[in-house]
Amino acid sequence: MLEIKDLHAGVDGTEIVKGISLSINKGEVHAIMGPNGSGKSTLAKILSGHPAYEATSGEIIFDGQNLLEMDAEERSLAGVFMGFQYPVEVPGVNNAEFLRMAHNARKVKAGEEEVDPLDFDELLSEKMKMLGMEKKYKERNLNDGFSGGEKKKNEILQMAILEPKLSLLDETDSGLDIDALRIVSEGVNKLRSENNALILITHYQRLLDYIKPDFVHVLSQGKIVKSGDKALALELESQGYDWVTTAD
Amino acid sequence: MSDEQNSVSDLLEDNQYKYGFTTDVESDTFAKGLNEDVVRAISKKKNEPEFMLNFRLKAFEKWKTMTEPAWPNVHYPPIDFQDISYYSEPKKKKVLESLDEVDPEVMRTFEKLGIPLDEQKKLANVAVDAVFDSVSVATTHKKKLMEQGIIFCPISEALQDYPELVEEYLGTVVPVGDNYYAALNSAVFTDGSFVYIPPDTISPMEISTYFRINTEETGQFERTLIICAENSYVSYLEGCTAPQFDTNQLHAAVVELVTLDNAEIKYSTVQNWYAGDKETGKGGIYNFVTKRGKCAGENSKISWTQVETGSAITWKYPSCILQGDNSSGEFYSVALTNGHMQADTGTKMIHIGKNTRSSIISKGISADVSSNSYRGQVKIGKNATNARNYSQCDSMLVGDKSSAHTFPYIETANSSVQVEHEAATSKISEDQLFYFESRGISRENAIEAVISGFCKDVFKQLPMEFAVEAQKLLTLKLEDSVG
Ligand SMILES: Nc1ncnc2c1ncn2[C@@H]1O[C@H](COP(=O)(O)OP(=O)(O)OP(=O)(O)O)[C@@H](O)[C@H]1O
Ligand SMILES: [Mg+2]
Repeated sequence: MLEIKDLHAGVDGTEIVKGISLSINKGEVHAIMGPNGSGKSTLAKILSGHPAYEATSGEIIFDGQNLLEMDAEERSLAGVFMGFQYPVEVPGVNNAEFLRMAHNARKVKAGEEEVDPLDFDELLSEKMKMLGMEKKYKERNLNDGFSGGEKKKNEILQMAILEPKLSLLDETDSGLDIDALRIVSEGVNKLRSENNALILITHYQRLLDYIKPDFVHVLSQGKIVKSGDKALALELESQGYDWVTTAD
Repeated sequence: MSDEQNSVSDLLEDNQYKYGFTTDVESDTFAKGLNEDVVRAISKKKNEPEFMLNFRLKAFEKWKTMTEPAWPNVHYPPIDFQDISYYSEPKKKKVLESLDEVDPEVMRTFEKLGIPLDEQKKLANVAVDAVFDSVSVATTHKKKLMEQGIIFCPISEALQDYPELVEEYLGTVVPVGDNYYAALNSAVFTDGSFVYIPPDTISPMEISTYFRINTEETGQFERTLIICAENSYVSYLEGCTAPQFDTNQLHAAVVELVTLDNAEIKYSTVQNWYAGDKETGKGGIYNFVTKRGKCAGENSKISWTQVETGSAITWKYPSCILQGDNSSGEFYSVALTNGHMQADTGTKMIHIGKNTRSSIISKGISADVSSNSYRGQVKIGKNATNARNYSQCDSMLVGDKSSAHTFPYIETANSSVQVEHEAATSKISEDQLFYFESRGISRENAIEAVISGFCKDVFKQLPMEFAVEAQKLLTLKLEDSVG
């Protein structure tokens, strides 16, 4: 589904991602871990098409399409979803209306009719219930004044509405309280299928207790320095990063 | 530029100034220059009653002693008032008996603007007065309004048919010497709209004027007078466009509103005059307008809603004089500046009567290298016991080269009053737009959503079709400026 080949990328001429290759198949869950500043969010932004970040060489093929030639909107419509580490606040734009716009953008792409606010409300209520979100978040403005955890929940709510093929969740677990982490993880698990894939960027084993990864990769200074199965995450939890990042 | 072949939607896609076409009509234009003879000639051309000529002459005398205001936060080279023609009318004009007599070219122009004047095609529930350069060319729905005693006609016609009404009210809200441009307008205005709503009458439709400047180097000086008698109501819409010329054109209108006891006037404007070249700032309209309403009667209400998206320079402060006890004034404004535009706009709320209330909601959006100033005055007189004002002035910056300024002035001479002022500045950021795009929402829809969110409190005051149009206009103007 996703094939990253020797990707180099950065911002303002500074290289941050320094040759990453990664292959992800349908149905798989990959966890990316690594020290602060190692380039995890940068990789995610490159995948989602943030205009400030530039790939200088390498390839990203998603479902047979050259992702680097598509803009963020096209990537999203093609089925790539990014759950941001720091979701931006948009005062004045109603949360439910934003979600409906995003949902309808897909409908339009598929040549289907747009969903009116009433019908959408049904869908929205169902998904919010699944994530244990109170109704009041419909009326609020997009992330405006949301607490850290509320913003993260709202990201997963978007994922639930958009049903992407590939989701990258960038530290969705940080900021969630213990109960919220469980509810959100269960929600994410419900959204999983044989046809979609998940990349979890995280610092903590706790998330991986709920959403079991098939592969764990350690990113350090812009490179994947070690890959393994879920046992690797447990090792990292007990030993820290030093032993992998200084291995050579 | 032969935009004549292009459809309006083509122009929209080009993202050019949508209304930048000129119409080939023979027009009767005065030679450039201004002196007493020109003032007399205008009055004569219009066959005006004596009081009108005297009004003009008095204004002209005043104007000669005045100087252009220097306090607005706008900058432009001095205007040569002798280099402007003060009168232009489409030729072939006597008193028009029906729309058949209007030059078909002029009619097509208005159609292109989306204002069909044909009896068959005319907007179902809006009466339209179309002003082309200085002259009113067609007023629709007149008969239907007349059945209820509502007068809606060009002011030139009102001067012939209802001179006593015009004489009673003209200049009572904006006196001839009020300010430099108002004095100029009072001396040389050529046409505009006149509305009279008799007592106990709710206008059965929205009343609308469409202004268009067509001829290069003519000034457009229209004069609008709306009187709403006891217990009556009218909603009035005003739209403005102009073609693209390299030179600056002057537009100095005066609008006066009067409400008697329990009457209400709702006045909405979508202003999209040509703003000049986006890159160089060349050309564009100087929009120096005086708009003022007087709540003369008790419990009366005047509400101004404006969406200002065009003009090279805007200098405009739709105001309310709250004279009647319990009267109220409202000002809702969205002012967008982009390219090299400069706007200094706001309102004045003058509280004279007891229990008078006013509210001001101003939303300024500045993009590119433009400058956008809000200037508002709230003045509460010594007899205005229990007067209240609420003001909210928000600015949104797009990019980092534009500027926003807020100049609130509050003067109170009565201690029982309550005045609140809030202000905030925000920004459309690249990260916000990326957030929308990463959810599959187009940049255009993202801008529209952010802007309409910002302008919500103002847009909801506009009649539906106007709100939709206004929203599209803002989005169109900002698409290039963001990012
Ligand atoms: N827009 C930017 N401008 C300058 N430097 C940047 C920018 N974005 C990222 N960087 C730098 O690139 C490096 C990688 O950042 P990134 O956010 O990808 O790290 P991360 O692995 O996600 O870290 P964390 O675990 O703290 O979230 C950091 O040193 C960061 O300061
Ligand atoms: Mg990060």
